[in-house]
Amino acid sequence: MTSSDPLRDPARCKELLAQIEESVKGSTLRFMEVCGTHTVALFRSGVHSLLPKSVVHLTGPGCPVCVTHESEVAAYLELAGKEGVIIATFGDLMRVPGPGGASLKKAHAEGARVEVVYSPFDALAIARDNPGDKVVFLGIGFETTTPTVAATVRIARQEGLKNFLVMPFHKLVPPALDALLSDPDMAVEGFMLPGHVSAIIGMEPYRPLAERYRIPAVVAGFEPVDLLQAILLMAEMKRQGKPKVINNYKRVVADEGNPKARAIVAEVYKPVDALWRGIGTIPLSGLGFTDAYRAYDAFEVLGVELKASKPLPGCRCGEVLKGIMRPDECPLFGKACTPAQPVGPCMVSTEGSCAAYFKYQIDLNSDR
Amino acid sequence: MCLAVPMEVKHIEGEVADVEIGGVRKQIRLDLIEDKPAVGEFVIIHAGFAIRILNREEALETLKIFQEGWNLDLI
Ligand code: SF4
Repeated sequence: MTSSDPLRDPARCKELLAQIEESVKGSTLRFMEVCGTHTVALFRSGVHSLLPKSVVHLTGPGCPVCVTHESEVAAYLELAGKEGVIIATFGDLMRVPGPGGASLKKAHAEGARVEVVYSPFDALAIARDNPGDKVVFLGIGFETTTPTVAATVRIARQEGLKNFLVMPFHKLVPPALDALLSDPDMAVEGFMLPGHVSAIIGMEPYRPLAERYRIPAVVAGFEPVDLLQAILLMAEMKRQGKPKVINNYKRVVADEGNPKARAIVAEVYKPVDALWRGIGTIPLSGLGFTDAYRAYDAFEVLGVELKASKPLPGCRCGEVLKGIMRPDECPLFGKACTPAQPVGPCMVSTEGSCAAYFKYQIDLNSDR
Repeated sequence: MCLAVPMEVKHIEGEVADVEIGGVRKQIRLDLIEDKPAVGEFVIIHAGFAIRILNREEALETLKIFQEGWNLDLI
């Protein structure tokens, strides 16, 4: 089902749209998506602009680059340019602004050794080729990315590679949903749950959404039909007052997730409190190294610490990430802040809400 | 960075597989999945690792349910 037609079939989409309209009649559906790829898919597919006005889409904290805290950004920028350190990173972090306009891109231009990799595994080759240096991989990302980093650390250990280190900035989705829901300002009536995070963690961690918070939630794929089916399911559950957690992306998500990937993560990492941009500390929402793997912890080996760091002046990413503010409501949006000249991380990453709004120029004058 | 794409398995050697989609060929790792895919199957790739074998029957099944008068209890 790579891009197979049934999942993009216009007639089917039209039918689903009509069903959604019928289901939300006289009511609303304020749904939040917590995956940057969903943000982009909703816009790019045109689904966002076709939805009835009463269906309101909120983007949540689902962009890993965006939720990386300013203190974490300051910490890796402090390492860039240090003697004997090579930073290996996903490309998305290159332009994320840090204190005083610093960024990895700028550090690189000024001589720091920074390598962009597609996979954490590629960073091992850099470590092998530079035995006299420490290669520090910036471990950002949610549950989908974490296993790839953990597996890489395990391979490094099997190989006896000692100059490969990780800054564990990993974040966990369910504790963040919990934190969001404990905010009384949150008026979310449905969750579109991340497809590939769920492929790892499975359905179990989401049960409280329906049972405790009574909010309908659907794991969704990324094709237009996937997105519309998920919205229809949320709308129907709300209408019927039957909140459930539904897996509607079974071709990729097994209900039990991927136990092998989780076991590898559990061998290398343990849950720790973590900082989220705009939200602050969320208990047990991140991962730190287990004792057995401490030798791979860049913080410990290189003596780096997370220090208090000021939020970026004027940037409202924090509120955008919580779904409280729409990107175009930020006073800097499209003016001082554009993808070419980003003020905050939500405008940097292609999965960032601000970047998506800017790129697709969505409904800027409408009231949704 | 979160892009996870399905690619077709062309060749497997140990924990390494060659995969392809639309003429783009890549080498990926299989460390994260329990059952190894067969050549010709699609795997979902994220950051250089396969995270799941794509289940085509499930895809068709979901479509069928929605077409044939679905209701919440069916899903
Ligand atoms: S538009 Fe720019 S400044 Fe405003 S919240 Fe988004 S990233 Fe921050």
